[in-house]
Amino acid sequence: MPNTLSTYLNTKTSAAPLAVFRIGFGVMMLLSIIRFWSYGWIEKLYLNPKFNFSYYGLEWIKPVGNLTYLIFFICGLAALFIALGLKYRIAVITFFLSFTYIELMDKTTYLNHYYFISLLSFLMCFLPANAYYSVDNFISKKQYHNIPKWTIDSVKLLLGIVYVYAGLAKINSDWLFKAMPLKIWLPSKYDLPLIGETLMQQHWFHVAMSWSGMLYDLCIPFLLLYRKTRWFAFALVVFFHVFTRVLFPIGMFPYIMIISSLIFFDAHIHERMLNFFRGIFKTFKLAKEKIHSHTYHYKRQNLVLPLLAIFFGIQLLLPFRYVLYPGELFWTEEGYRFSWRVMLIEKTGYTEFKVVDGKTKTAFLVNNSDFLTPFQEKEMSTQPDFILEYAHFLGQHFESQGHKNIEIYVDSYVALNGRRSKRYIDPNVDLLKQKESLKPKDWILPFKDEIKGL
Amino acid sequence: MVKKIIFLLCVVSIIVACSSSDDSNSDNSDNFDRTALLSNYADDIIVPAIVNFQTKVADMDVARSNFVNDINQNNLDLLSEAWLEAYGAWQYVAMYNIGIAETFTANENGFRVYFNVYPVTTNLIESAASGTDYNLNAETYFAAQGFPALDFLIHGIADSDTTPLDKFTTNVNFDGYIDYLTNVQSQINNRSNTILNDWQNTFRDEFVANTSSSVTGSFSKIVNDYINYYERALRANKIGTPAGNFSAGQTFPDKVEAYYKNDVSKELALLGLDAVQKFFNGQSFDNSSTSSESFASYLDYLENSELKNDINAQFEAARQQIQSLNDSFSQQVIDDNTQMTEAYDALQAAVVLLKVDMASIFDVQIDFQDNDGD
Repeated sequence: MPNTLSTYLNTKTSAAPLAVFRIGFGVMMLLSIIRFWSYGWIEKLYLNPKFNFSYYGLEWIKPVGNLTYLIFFICGLAALFIALGLKYRIAVITFFLSFTYIELMDKTTYLNHYYFISLLSFLMCFLPANAYYSVDNFISKKQYHNIPKWTIDSVKLLLGIVYVYAGLAKINSDWLFKAMPLKIWLPSKYDLPLIGETLMQQHWFHVAMSWSGMLYDLCIPFLLLYRKTRWFAFALVVFFHVFTRVLFPIGMFPYIMIISSLIFFDAHIHERMLNFFRGIFKTFKLAKEKIHSHTYHYKRQNLVLPLLAIFFGIQLLLPFRYVLYPGELFWTEEGYRFSWRVMLIEKTGYTEFKVVDGKTKTAFLVNNSDFLTPFQEKEMSTQPDFILEYAHFLGQHFESQGHKNIEIYVDSYVALNGRRSKRYIDPNVDLLKQKESLKPKDWILPFKDEIKGL
Repeated sequence: MVKKIIFLLCVVSIIVACSSSDDSNSDNSDNFDRTALLSNYADDIIVPAIVNFQTKVADMDVARSNFVNDINQNNLDLLSEAWLEAYGAWQYVAMYNIGIAETFTANENGFRVYFNVYPVTTNLIESAASGTDYNLNAETYFAAQGFPALDFLIHGIADSDTTPLDKFTTNVNFDGYIDYLTNVQSQINNRSNTILNDWQNTFRDEFVANTSSSVTGSFSKIVNDYINYYERALRANKIGTPAGNFSAGQTFPDKVEAYYKNDVSKELALLGLDAVQKFFNGQSFDNSSTSSESFASYLDYLENSELKNDINAQFEAARQQIQSLNDSFSQQVIDDNTQMTEAYDALQAAVVLLKVDMASIFDVQIDFQDNDGD
């Protein structure tokens, strides 16, 4: 067995797929940053809010005024450098740090897609993605046709985890048997050509979409792995992601996933794609310097491999942390993030904060729009950790205004997956007496219903 | 292989191109008829309400002109009556911050800032009457125009005066007050005419045709306007603020609607609630039909009749609470504020049903802000 492992770890494969992946990744990230910037979202999501929701333990990560633009600029520039394969190692580390910093500035904007990008760019810090077809080759006058096979496989593994875990999360009674939340989302797309007023309104179609979504997520990594089903699988990938792009506002993610799945293809296909680029460069008569091919030797493999083993171990375990919390995961959302639970819940909430003077018992209600953007208010209303953090912010704010003996209570209602709204947070608990921690929050009221499944 | 990739990329770009088009096929099958819903709202409820409002505003203008031409208590009383009629008609149009009305201001209270911001800032009116330059289109003057300003001019007593009529007779700035009255009236005339013309000439068709499911579609916008009106203008402004719900129990008898007339705040609140409930059920403005395609029938279509019934029941409960209040909310706040906060609670319970349950089932984003989702 150890022999098989060491044989595997020493197996070499063509560097072309990773080179193409690097270019695709860099270009997609650059486009994402440009798109984000041009929509004015930096200002709207990070600079305009008077208050930012932080991750537990990472409260020091905040938008930094107009310097936030600089962080985005650095991030975009790093993406360009990654695409070019120019100073790759520095570029990808810079990208990972700047992108992750951006994502941690305000958890209102948390998306599984962004988390995926952070993980992937972390992984890419350890991969020789500039070994082939990169500007670095020109600088060092060295290129490597072959790299360790595990480096490419690690990307496939990460993609596989994302898909399979997303599929596992769909194995629950709301998704499979009630077709929730697709039953709410699809009929509201009534204005799609052809299918809007027909298929989108049919219950059987909602159920079919739910089941096929689950099966798609569970199977697609394996269909991509086997050569015979690969083209079929890729067609499915394109169809699925484009279809979801048509239905939902999910930005660049579908395209990123489509480009990423190319890594499953054999090297000769990637060589042809690179030849396509070479053809372009030839027509522009770019000088072709003599580059020597060398055998790639992965430095510090003994150090990096255990590190990546731990990384993937965490990835495999983290989504299951929810079992440590009592109550319904979709309701409490304790252990919900960082788990590839995508599109699983339609949650709408309403939370009104009451600031009480503990001595005189006088109270007043807070107008949330005085402090939060509509988007922040929407996210806050359905997630207990947001509610608690905001309550503490309000406490500090009103204390600084001279209010005394402040207690903060909430009147909070949430509707989940088409169920009628129910009171969400215990209205008799002074939230200022509650501290954020990883422990279960006993002031979340019980769900009083059951969603069976993983 | 390269050909296949190019082929796939073509397919992708075609689908993407299709996805970003806003075309809507309105060939209806047996589905919920959104065009019927929007045209019912436009033709049977919104436009008739605005026409009625504009008529009442014109009547008020006549009464104002009669008063200015012959200033006496009797003509002032007639103006007061016309004012109350128009104020009542206003309650049926206040929620439609859509079309050209929406372009009036970016303020979160929408076009209502030109008609009904209260309490009125009387200082601004008094200093304007004494000759200070003023501009009713400026944000500072939102609280010094519309029905609350007329309320003060018609029923309030200016500094150093003894009766409301003194403003226009014995006050040193009497001609300043007359001018201000006229300017407030013409602002109401202009704004309401602009809104009516917009609906009658272009916006009605635009509104009905815009069946898009996007956040800029008519349905999504009208749901948002409706909830915004209910939560802010009806629940908070008419009841919650005077009852001290937002001010640590400190009550504000002077922050009620029509404070200077004083005995009509209940009447106006009930009309506001009536407008809200009729709109929900699709009841036509002239009451010729009691229900039509509406939020209520859409809830039926989405198999949520129970929610529809609960919302109606909650409106009824709120109505009963409000009916038990004093005609003057100022008096009610002073006498027994508990009843006032109970009315608030009854209104509040419907906010949850509308903003959480209904919005979730309609899959309409409330207070939309553009961003990506998972």
